[in-house]
Amino acid sequence: MNLKLSFQIAKTHLLAKKRQTLVAMLGVTFGIAMFIVMISFMQGVNQFLEDSALDASPHVRIYNEVNTQRPSILDQNRTSDSSVNVVYHQKPKQQLPRIKNGLQMVRLIEKMKGVLGVSPEVSSQAFFNNGPIQISGSMAGIDYPRENRLYNLDSRIKSGSFQALLTNPKGIVVGANLAKKLNVNVGDKVSVTTPTGGNLTLRVVGIFGFGIGTIDNIRCYTSISTVQEILGKDASYITDIHIKMTDPLLALDFAQTLQKQFDIHTEDWGTANQAILAGKKIRNVMTFVISMTLLVVAGFGIYNIMNMNVINKLKDIAILKATGFGSKDVVAVFLLQAIIIGILGGLLGLLIGFGISYALSITPFETGDMISLKTFPVLFETQYYLMGLAFGVITTILAGYFPSRKAAKIDPVAILRG
Amino acid sequence: MNVLSASHINKYFFEPEKFQVLQDVNFEVKKGEFLSIIGKSGCGKSTLLYILSTMDTDYEGLLEVNGQRLTGLPQDTLAAFRNEHLGFVFQFHFLLPEFTVLQNVMLPALKLGKYSNKEIEERAYEKLRLVNMTEHARKQSSKLSGGQQQRVAIARALINDPAIIMGDEPTGNLDKANSGLVFDIFRQISHENGQTIITVTHDPDFANGSDRIIEMSDGRIVRH
Repeated sequence: MNLKLSFQIAKTHLLAKKRQTLVAMLGVTFGIAMFIVMISFMQGVNQFLEDSALDASPHVRIYNEVNTQRPSILDQNRTSDSSVNVVYHQKPKQQLPRIKNGLQMVRLIEKMKGVLGVSPEVSSQAFFNNGPIQISGSMAGIDYPRENRLYNLDSRIKSGSFQALLTNPKGIVVGANLAKKLNVNVGDKVSVTTPTGGNLTLRVVGIFGFGIGTIDNIRCYTSISTVQEILGKDASYITDIHIKMTDPLLALDFAQTLQKQFDIHTEDWGTANQAILAGKKIRNVMTFVISMTLLVVAGFGIYNIMNMNVINKLKDIAILKATGFGSKDVVAVFLLQAIIIGILGGLLGLLIGFGISYALSITPFETGDMISLKTFPVLFETQYYLMGLAFGVITTILAGYFPSRKAAKIDPVAILRG
Repeated sequence: MNVLSASHINKYFFEPEKFQVLQDVNFEVKKGEFLSIIGKSGCGKSTLLYILSTMDTDYEGLLEVNGQRLTGLPQDTLAAFRNEHLGFVFQFHFLLPEFTVLQNVMLPALKLGKYSNKEIEERAYEKLRLVNMTEHARKQSSKLSGGQQQRVAIARALINDPAIIMGDEPTGNLDKANSGLVFDIFRQISHENGQTIITVTHDPDFANGSDRIIEMSDGRIVRH
């Protein structure tokens, strides 16, 4: 088999019918361009949703699960198959959300491999009073430098600053929506009451916005010692430990490891954000189904054109065979045409796909000032382009192979005799 | 020396019903011979030629060319054999329309791959000179007249210096002048180059000018 010669013949055939070649090529181009745009955009959306969820939530959260369900003393001591224990109205046990030795744990975890940052928190439900109005929310006592490393708090600030928490022991940073409801601004005072009855008046030193309603509506930050003071707890009282990893995917296993090591309840981001992960899977499947459909349609286009090509070239195939070209040469001539169409169409598709993706990525997209999105989220990844080209070439090879085989099986005698 | 021998060739057509086209055909062809096969339409002469050409492999009997037994060989081996040892000229000129005259002539040699591209081009020009077509070498083959195309087809058949050149009514579609031209070229090839020529023809002048005539009737050789 002489590939170079087959290539030459294939090239001549393609150039002789430029318009037909172009139409076949554009089929692939369109399929691949759409594939690139779809996958870049969908992955961009996935990334954005994941980021916005991950930005505001820890990769692993350690906390003490307060559970009112517990086996009765009777059940613990007397169990048998022949009798049933009945205990009416068992009261829950006094249980604190405190993590035992929380601060030591923070120091230990900080030294572990793959950990980006650890931040201890004291969180509590709270009622904010402004005059006669009471609004419920949650209060988080944080160690500002650590928490800032995890969530980049400084970038979320709308007015005032988080740093003021370090200098002002009675300072509080309030969520933007909550501040609006309370009608407070930086410098105003707000009175905070906890469910256990503690009360403290704090001064607003900052207002933040994550762009996530459930946070901006209810959350406020203050220093750990302030919350401990309201709750009437000692300085080692910690309710939550937030951990960020260098790679979010590591967190899933890391949470299990911690749970075993410290015998404490942990929750990873995957469990906390199952809807986002499920949505991501669904979007991925959708993207691939639509892209594949486009490519298959393009493949059928090529199949049709190659089939017609073979039928138009029956005479030429007979001559080639008569003058000594084997069936492999004939397959090569027609398969190479399909591959050339696939590669050129594919490359053009990548280019156009990139162009459209780029245009999309700079198109302004109005979402309101809460969300940090100014344009459509688009992800540019080399692997999508490689994948697109590979799919395009594979489709065209499949679409070109069957007509080529048909061409190779043609009996030259039947055609030459007329 | 025999360059081709066919012995006990039987061939059947099965469509629309079983019919024996060739009945026990036996003959030999010597090197350098200019042979014509004649006979009425449907006598099986074209069928015989395509068996000799190795393109039709569905027959009974034994075919040897250049001392090599060809019966029963796989298609691709036969294609390679045709490429090197056989040349074809058909009634309809059958050039590849997208290629130039020169490319058409060069293709079988490029396939053989015995010479470099430059040498092949030189050889192609040499063959085109033989058929007096050098000035058209760079033209698209579809732009030529029928007679010109047939001469190019002959040049293509000659490019690999085959032992045998086969023609299926090579003058069947040509006027008197062009027929004469083609005949002269064939004569020259067989007498000067010592290449064997086997043609099927209806043209009595063409047949009478050849070295030997085989006449067929109803699938048998009746005169040779």
